[in-house]
Amino acid sequence: MDRRSFNLALVGSLTTALTLLSSAAPAEEDGKEKCYGVALKGQNDCAAGPGTTCAGSSKIDYQGNAWKYVPRGTCASIKTPFGNGSLEALKRRT
Amino acid sequence: MWDSAQAQFAAALLDTSLAAPSSLICEKGAIGDRFDVYRNSVIGGLVRALATRFPAVERLVGEAFFAAMAREFVLRRPPTSAALLEYGEDFPDFVASFPPAKELPYLSDVARLEDARVRAYHAADVEPLSPQSLALVSPDRLAELTFDIHPSAFVLRSDHPMVTIWSMNAGEAEAGTLDHWAAEDALVTRPRLRVETRRLAPGGAIFLRRLAAGAEFGEAVSAATAEQPAFDLAAALVEALASGFFTAFRGDT
Repeated sequence: MDRRSFNLALVGSLTTALTLLSSAAPAEEDGKEKCYGVALKGQNDCAAGPGTTCAGSSKIDYQGNAWKYVPRGTCASIKTPFGNGSLEALKRRT
Repeated sequence: MWDSAQAQFAAALLDTSLAAPSSLICEKGAIGDRFDVYRNSVIGGLVRALATRFPAVERLVGEAFFAAMAREFVLRRPPTSAALLEYGEDFPDFVASFPPAKELPYLSDVARLEDARVRAYHAADVEPLSPQSLALVSPDRLAELTFDIHPSAFVLRSDHPMVTIWSMNAGEAEAGTLDHWAAEDALVTRPRLRVETRRLAPGGAIFLRRLAAGAEFGEAVSAATAEQPAFDLAAALVEALASGFFTAFRGDT
């Protein structure tokens, strides 16, 4: 791989990473999907389940019933210590 | 005279075959019995300190096994610092060399992970690098960037499923059957108040260790890809940035 393509690959990966990390998701937009079980504690976009209200309310990392907007098609490939993300709510410790 | 009395006392504390120091005066009861009680309290207190620091190891082997193993450690390597929070840093090495624990080859790795979490807990507070600040770096400079690493960051490698075993025995994940038995690398950080433990995908540990050693970004990527062709740079960056592994970068101008 020449230097230019190498640099492009680095930029591409960085862009992907920043997109995955971006937590600003005020509304469900085209190209995004709700992904359960991938949000870090307090960084979910909405709906952390009974007793909580909305965004930023999940109590633990990778809470199974808390979701986060991620780029469409990437959810199931997001790895967490407790398995991949899911388009449906997951049964995990809450 | 005083020095020798202290030395005698200290030696008898950790050598149960020694009699109570002759300089002791006892008003009630037998000196030997009273000294045994004191010695048990000292050793028991240190064993409990280790159990507090290595709860997953204790859960893996059970209270009785852990207490016996920790007691051996206490007798051989008593604290050298007055601060108990530093005690047990070499416990993982001891576990690795403790013959009765040989059947659990992953035990010392789980101990190392728990030790790293305690060190991360006591490390200095530093605000992690904001991921978005990297978006401003010119694409031409990206490969030459170097990073400052968070003082709470530890990258650990294991030939065993260290992270999965730890999380199942630390209440972080539900205990279950391991459907894979593969090597696992871990990233421990404390970006703010809470210590976080992540399992790194293959190649991630090489990548982060190279960056921590001062390598340039492009160099670290090449090293990770060379050892692990399936290395996923985007995934590794997500873990590093989300965990607060970096605090700053240099070389963008």
